[in-house]
Amino acid sequence: MSEIVPSSVAPAMRGPNDYKSDVKPVWCPGCGDFGVVNALAKAMAKMALEPQDVAVVSGIGCSSRIPAYMASYGFHGVHGRALAAGTGLKIARPDLTVIVTGGDGDGYSIGGNHFVHACRRNVDMTYIVMDNRVYGMTKGQPSPTTEPDWDSKLSPEGTGLREFQPLVIALTSGANFIARGFTGDPNGLADLIERAVRHPGFSFVEVLSPCVTFRPEQKEWKKRVLPDAFKPTADLTRAARRMLRDTGFDLGVLYAGERPPYAPRGPRARRAPSDLEARFAL
Amino acid sequence: MQHAQSPGAGQTARSVSVVLAGSGGAGVMTAGNMLLEAAAHAGYYALMTRSSGPQIRGGEAAAMLRIACEPVECMEDQFHVLAAVDWENVQRFNAEIPLGAGSLILGDPDQGEPPEVFVRSGCTRVALPLKKLAKSVPEGRPNMVLLGTLAALLGLPEDAVARAVEKTLGKRPAALAPSLAAVAAGRAAAADIPVRFPLAPPPARGTPRWLLTGNEAAGYGALKGGVRFVAAYPITPATELLEWMSPALAQVGGTLVQAEDELASINMAIGGSYGGVPSLTATSGPGLSLMVEALGLAVAAEIPIVVVDVMRVGPSTGIPTKSEQGDLNIAVHGLHGDAPHLVLAANSVADCLGTTQWAVQLAESLQTPAIVLSDQFLGQARAVVDRPAAIAAGTGRLTADAGAPGYKRYAVTENGVSPMAIPGTAGLAYTADGLEHAERGTPSSQATDHFAQLDKRRRKLTSWNYGALWADVEGDAAADGAIVTFGSCTAPVREGLARAAADGVAARLISLRLLAPLPAGQLIAALTGVRRVLVIEQNQSAQLYRYLRAECDLPGRVTSLHRPGALQFSPGEIHRHLADWSRA
Amino acid sequence: MAYAYAMEVEASDRYAELADLMSTHHNREVSELFAKLARIEGKHRDQIAAKMGWTSPPDATVFRWQTPEGPETTDYGELHYLMQPYHALKLAEHNEQRAVDFFERFAAARVPADVQAAAREMAEEEREHVRLIGEWLARVPPPEPGWDEDMDPPAVAD
Repeated sequence: MSEIVPSSVAPAMRGPNDYKSDVKPVWCPGCGDFGVVNALAKAMAKMALEPQDVAVVSGIGCSSRIPAYMASYGFHGVHGRALAAGTGLKIARPDLTVIVTGGDGDGYSIGGNHFVHACRRNVDMTYIVMDNRVYGMTKGQPSPTTEPDWDSKLSPEGTGLREFQPLVIALTSGANFIARGFTGDPNGLADLIERAVRHPGFSFVEVLSPCVTFRPEQKEWKKRVLPDAFKPTADLTRAARRMLRDTGFDLGVLYAGERPPYAPRGPRARRAPSDLEARFAL
Repeated sequence: MQHAQSPGAGQTARSVSVVLAGSGGAGVMTAGNMLLEAAAHAGYYALMTRSSGPQIRGGEAAAMLRIACEPVECMEDQFHVLAAVDWENVQRFNAEIPLGAGSLILGDPDQGEPPEVFVRSGCTRVALPLKKLAKSVPEGRPNMVLLGTLAALLGLPEDAVARAVEKTLGKRPAALAPSLAAVAAGRAAAADIPVRFPLAPPPARGTPRWLLTGNEAAGYGALKGGVRFVAAYPITPATELLEWMSPALAQVGGTLVQAEDELASINMAIGGSYGGVPSLTATSGPGLSLMVEALGLAVAAEIPIVVVDVMRVGPSTGIPTKSEQGDLNIAVHGLHGDAPHLVLAANSVADCLGTTQWAVQLAESLQTPAIVLSDQFLGQARAVVDRPAAIAAGTGRLTADAGAPGYKRYAVTENGVSPMAIPGTAGLAYTADGLEHAERGTPSSQATDHFAQLDKRRRKLTSWNYGALWADVEGDAAADGAIVTFGSCTAPVREGLARAAADGVAARLISLRLLAPLPAGQLIAALTGVRRVLVIEQNQSAQLYRYLRAECDLPGRVTSLHRPGALQFSPGEIHRHLADWSRA
Repeated sequence: MAYAYAMEVEASDRYAELADLMSTHHNREVSELFAKLARIEGKHRDQIAAKMGWTSPPDATVFRWQTPEGPETTDYGELHYLMQPYHALKLAEHNEQRAVDFFERFAAARVPADVQAAAREMAEEEREHVRLIGEWLARVPPPEPGWDEDMDPPAVAD
């Protein structure tokens, strides 16, 4: 970042700025996603991760631009398939820390199927969804989490559809860690992200992230969010009952479970491929 | 047309073809497999294919076998023997079971008459009371009796048959003894059959031989090429390839994960490859349709990936259990934008190994997707083959070393291949992107960057030296006629051409293995002096013919022999066509 | 004092980030203003360090703000790509005022006497900052009605 004023005091260790790349985000001023970059960088700094051992994987959308803004390895794939790419990467390279990012359209609409199965599969990675309840990149269509009566050109007078419930889906599908954060609280969010990354298995953090351009009314979210409204539990039933009272603005860790993360099963070895020829040989 | 003849007394045949048919759990597939293995143990080459009704179990089924003294990769024009445990709906296979006047139908008189369509051939019909014979042995089964009879008719030694039965049933001793007894009863009953089809003595054992399917060969070829991560979604007829690879990968330190759909499997494989691990998936036409978007991503982001497309009859759901060469168009042209990539085709069961291995090596060296076209016939046929010769190792993936200052992932290099940073390497972090990009990898909407990157991605493919594997070039090198084909058409074309050669029809045979980028220079060179070109393929719209004519100036008069799938070409058909072609 | 230092660091970094952000959106005036604020906060940060004789920064991870971010850190949500210098200075004024409130709360809290004294001193300094910003504000014209009107519709990039 070219404008950072160099300190007269030497830094003791890597700070958050070391986890940001030199590419300047093009998000609108006022976009919630800035808070996520900040929080992600803070979390990585706090965990003292080596940037080259982290990969940020995304799909398509405003929030999917994040990989280029981080100093870690990045993968900017096609719409809705980030979880699949991240899953393949983590299974092939279990030594990396894989963080998948995206928006509510990318994740819950076209990516909905992969979302459910990623929760089931419980591969050890973290999925951060920046939910602004709209398709921002394509200029303002309803997303699966948009309120039913929100008027737009594509769906005048609203879709009339019930909102997608990402935390409920995640809970019933087997995600091992589920939390909701808010970009207006980057420090709290950094904390959630750190806990999510540290927690084994599939960790899901839904982040309320206002869209200043297409949903300016979301500026009011900072008055509606309820910090620490969730009390983390490892009890599925308790977490499910808690969701019956969810306002959609309840923040914190809903569920921190104990399912073992995905691991390949069955006998394994490290033979040479030619050892397999005996199966064909007459 | 070579008619199935019952040889005269004392005469033997170098190739005999039989069909075992039956329904409702008769076990003809198992018996057919045992006959195949018996032939293998006896020292013969062999090929077996199967057809069945749509039922998951208990449906009508037919096992087709060809046993020979030379390697065989297609069925003959006619079958010598059609033997049925029962006749339930067997006529649905009639197009695949051509018989001639010299053929033999064996049927159980208790199961009624054979369908008229088979009898019409004028062949000999002999009653074989399978059910009664099976009952004469405690827990005997008719399919085992049939196995014994057929083995005797072909002159396969008893110990070879016994060995095959033991291998399959060895783990169930209770079933083993009755089965061997039933086989013996069948062998004894063969004495009453006035017609025989004894095989000539088997060739001397030279190269070691293997027994495998094309799908297994492709899976093994992938491992030899270095694949250690597979994302799988099942689809007929590719599923067995993935199922073979699952435990095999675990044995060599790799992993297979089952995906929720093809969109997931291709993206998972690309993710794994981005991480530095050679990755693969396998599918058929409908799955490939779903995968093309992600393949475009792999082209744009320059990530190696291999997709084996075991082609089946299309369009849409088509006929999942039958073979066709209808995916050439989508394999070559299915990606939006200008997205050059590799397309290869295996041309025999054994070649599935080498072609898949080569595809992996090329994909890694060129940092691009490779689609390997196999098909249902090759993928699911079980064959006794000479152990495939090894192919040369590839150059491997060009990776970037840690800390190179000012690293540019997509640097425009002389041959178009730029070193790839593997996650975990310090100082080289970049974002792989489907968006067009500058050399550094940052997204760019500039025309100059787009031109430069398009050129890089095309140039890396067109300037590569693919060596001699681009095609199998055979036949009469001095002939002024040439046949160009690919995939499973190669075997019947080769046999048909051999017969035509005996009639004085000479032609070169070019079976293309590298389809994209089309090695036009090498193809034209192989056609030097040719005045007639015949393109043979198994699809309705002559996809290869049109592709070749679009991509290069073929010499002389170019014609097409094409027919859709669900039925393979026979050598006799090719022979007849070549006779006409040579006179035209 | 560690709090004060951390506050200035966060504020300075944030202003620098906003300067970049505004320059990407071609709001040069506000970008330069944020850059200036970044330098000012940077100086405050260095002054604190010099006063305390620090050669390496105190561990900022030990404590947490009670608010979502540091008192002097600008909230991302309060921005607009067409914002005027007036808006930016209003934000800065708000930031400095929050810093004053923070130190006054500290001074009134049950902490050792010397910490209270230091807090009062910091509060005084921040009050001076508020005053300076106020003077700056007086020199800047208030925004006219329609300052946030953009006749062009949003563009699409992906």
